[in-house]
Amino acid sequence: MKRIEAINDFVIKFANVNGSGSASANELFAKAVMRMGVPVSPRNIFPSNIQGMPTWYEARVCEKGYHGRRGGVDMMVAMNPQTWDADVAEVETGGYLFYDSTRPLPASKFRDDVHTIGVPLTDIANAAYSEPRQRQLFKNIIYVGALSVLLDVEAQVFETLFAEQYKGKERLLESNVQALHLGRNYVKEHLQAPLGIRVQRADNVGDQIFTDGNSAAGLGLVYGGATVAAWYPITPSTSVPEAFQKYCSKFRVDPATGQHKFAIVQAEDELASIGMVVGAGWNGARAFTATSGPGVSLMTEFIGLAYFAEIPVTIINVQRGGPSTGMPTRTQQSDLLSCAYASHGDTKHVLLFPQDPHECFTHSAAALDLAERLQTPIFVMSDLDIGMNQRLCKPFVWDDAQAYDRGKIMTAEELEAGKPFGRYRDVDGDGIPWRTLPGTHPSKGAFFTRGTSRNPQAMYSEAGPDYIYNMERLLRKFITAATLVPQPVFRPAQQPTRLGVIYYGSTSPAMREALDVLERNGVYVDAMRLCAFPFPDSVSEFIAAHDKVFVAEQNRDGQMRTLLINELEINPAKLVRVLHYDGTPITARFIIRTIHDSVAKELV
Amino acid sequence: MTFIAKPRLHHPTLHTNQVGYTRRDYEGRISTLCAGCGHDSISAAIIQACWDLNIEPHRVAKLSGIGCSSKTPDYFLGASHGFNTVHGRMPSVLTGANLANRELLYLGVSGDGDSASIGLGQFANAMRRGVRMAYIVENNGVYGLTKGQFSATADRGSKSKKGVVNSESPVDLVGIALQLGATYVARSFSGDKAQLVPLIKGAMEHGGAAFIDVISPCVTFNNHSGSTKSYDYVRQHNEAVSRIDFMEPGQEITTDYPPGALVEVEQHDGSLLRLRKLHTDYDPTDRYAAMSYMQTHAALGEILTGLLYIDPLATDLHTALNTTAQPLNTLNAAQLNPGQKALDKINAALR
Ligand SMILES: Cc1ncc(C[n+]2csc(CCOP(=O)(O)OP(=O)(O)O)c2C)c(N)n1
Ligand code: SF4
Repeated sequence: MKRIEAINDFVIKFANVNGSGSASANELFAKAVMRMGVPVSPRNIFPSNIQGMPTWYEARVCEKGYHGRRGGVDMMVAMNPQTWDADVAEVETGGYLFYDSTRPLPASKFRDDVHTIGVPLTDIANAAYSEPRQRQLFKNIIYVGALSVLLDVEAQVFETLFAEQYKGKERLLESNVQALHLGRNYVKEHLQAPLGIRVQRADNVGDQIFTDGNSAAGLGLVYGGATVAAWYPITPSTSVPEAFQKYCSKFRVDPATGQHKFAIVQAEDELASIGMVVGAGWNGARAFTATSGPGVSLMTEFIGLAYFAEIPVTIINVQRGGPSTGMPTRTQQSDLLSCAYASHGDTKHVLLFPQDPHECFTHSAAALDLAERLQTPIFVMSDLDIGMNQRLCKPFVWDDAQAYDRGKIMTAEELEAGKPFGRYRDVDGDGIPWRTLPGTHPSKGAFFTRGTSRNPQAMYSEAGPDYIYNMERLLRKFITAATLVPQPVFRPAQQPTRLGVIYYGSTSPAMREALDVLERNGVYVDAMRLCAFPFPDSVSEFIAAHDKVFVAEQNRDGQMRTLLINELEINPAKLVRVLHYDGTPITARFIIRTIHDSVAKELV
Repeated sequence: MTFIAKPRLHHPTLHTNQVGYTRRDYEGRISTLCAGCGHDSISAAIIQACWDLNIEPHRVAKLSGIGCSSKTPDYFLGASHGFNTVHGRMPSVLTGANLANRELLYLGVSGDGDSASIGLGQFANAMRRGVRMAYIVENNGVYGLTKGQFSATADRGSKSKKGVVNSESPVDLVGIALQLGATYVARSFSGDKAQLVPLIKGAMEHGGAAFIDVISPCVTFNNHSGSTKSYDYVRQHNEAVSRIDFMEPGQEITTDYPPGALVEVEQHDGSLLRLRKLHTDYDPTDRYAAMSYMQTHAALGEILTGLLYIDPLATDLHTALNTTAQPLNTLNAAQLNPGQKALDKINAALR
């Protein structure tokens, strides 16, 4: 029988039962591979349910460092009887099926074209442990141990990881090491190892860190100086405020007084959470909320107020499958239009598109600066794929000399010195007016903030010219925004080409891989990764310079394409959709196939 | 509606308070509400209270939702920052503002539609959160700004201007505030300045969530039984020119009555409000007694007015969150940012 042979390049998938404690064992496995110097990108696949239901953990081991989902499974660790049939069916021909052989299964449950590896995990665990919970938890470590021999991962690496994890808890350390070796010894004694797929020490991880986007965003918000957070629980954004809370407790508690340099409120709903952020932003604190699609829907009235009344607001939107409750635990990039134009009337909002945890950190911190600089809502458009999965990325850096950009805030001294103040006057020509904070000065600079139309002095006015002045100024401000947001990243093809591709956010790692493969196959494509909306001129120039531009994204309707057409007045025929939206992260295979098909069609 | 512009210059002989301000300094822009609207009387009471308390106007942040009542912050404390937010969601905005700067005084103004219908959730949660503020609901039982629909505080059986009978039970905001943990709960009447001003002063000085429900008659939408004729007449004759409604000026309703007494106040529509002022020996520090006392009198068709409940030692959300004394909006990067050194450690832990 054919067997898949691959060193440092395979996909292993763990099928587990939710609540069985498998998550930490699977993460342990991924970390061990990484400590072998081999890049790994794992993904949690969890339907929207809790205890007892199926979950999967798919880890791609890839020496070249492609973090996108590859597609296909080379080895299935089938630990969930409920999903057995589907799991077995997913394995590539010549691949491997690892299972708990304690109870015999009929031959019909297996495949002829897949190598079956049985380890009596339950027997081993039951023989070694008496408590049911221990039996369950250590069974997970036992399978990790067994896999380590099958895939040739060094025992020492695990032992070091355990030592770090259970520092000061010697009993736990010992028992974990023991469980690991129970698995290792069984394989050494009874099975042939290593398999055709295996891990070999390499040096391709470097100084990269392994973290998830939501933790990184929470940390970025601490570094960016957010002091007020208001939020309402929703998957997959909840871990953003949780991370913020964790890092604030660590870094923002005054050691002398025990007092907090932050305020976090779990609001009663999204209406209240954005309302609190609006109030805090109005009053000069850096404030944020984190949510997902349904939350954004509820927030839109307030987002319109913040846009029109010009109040700094930061919203971390960790996108999931919509519309409505859609697929709450699956990933998509389908909130683009609802965020770009959130609320009634003519509105336009700044969107940032982080591509990995590193950028979740930088963009979240930058969003707070931009919000104050531009006095407007800023959306960080993360998604479940980047937000909830750990990924290797560049380490976090911060320039300690950097102060926060508080934007145009007029001080009491400036007012006292006679600097003229008109809340909605465009004195600098960039569309951004000056503001004062409540309580600044006893007699100067106070104004009334409202969602109704007003004149440049902030006085209520329904006069047409006042309204137009304001709306035009807001547009001017949006043009200024295009110069302040992170700029697109251009990757030229190795040969001149009339083909281009535009992509953004979590599509990036799959795109990087796809472009390499296409290039190897002689298909040359210039690529532009969008980092923000509004689009700077370089985006129109890029599109103008190509005959055909693919727009790759993870939604049904090609929302980025729509945004490009709408904002840049581009001939729609020029922009070709590459759309993946089944809730799983887009793969390089999918991008390659779609672009290939399109190019091939052109040739016939 | 007053059409005379207020003179800008202060008369040199105008009396100043201890912080050097005249009463005029506590006024705002000219009201655009209907003449005789109870809400204007409440604005006057707020002006009086802040002047008496020697509050520097710019130390007050005044926030409101949407409605006639919510427009009023423009009409007092002209030197304060104001924020007319969205319908029913003032409490959250005020909460955020308060978190950003604990040093200002927060005055929330809302209507009964604003707080008891669309904003009931925010009202209730602000009360239980203990946000330090004076929250005033200008309660007229109708939606004024959208022209006379029932609000959730309208009594069952009452009739709208269009003749519809209200079949729903009223929301009692005072009862909710008491139940959810507000630490200062009062009810008053817009026309009873002698009672209202001290209640507002108490709320402004209170250390936690203070709530005052102020019954505030709407001249325009509860004056139908006596004056519809002229109203309709004018509107019919006005139609050719424009569709703007004509608001017939009304007379502000005022009252003054001693503690413990019951007074019947005739509304613009001829209906009677039966107000009973709490007796001087009423103990307002017992939350449960206050709830039962209030309900007992409600069953008699009486509306209790006065300070129903106070926790003199109340603390606020900042105390609960243990936030620094220094306002959060003044903290800079040096105070907030852990720096690269801390990042190095975090990076190391993530490898
Ligand atoms: C989301 C939303 N829905 C509806 C409205 C329309 N609206 C404006 S004011 C108002 C009612 C105001 O009533 P109330 O709060 O009792 O204040 P009053 O005018 O009686 O003082 C309504 C329904 C709105 N502004 N926003
Ligand atoms: S409509 Fe009623 S509530 Fe509104 S201003 Fe006129 S009298 Fe006051």
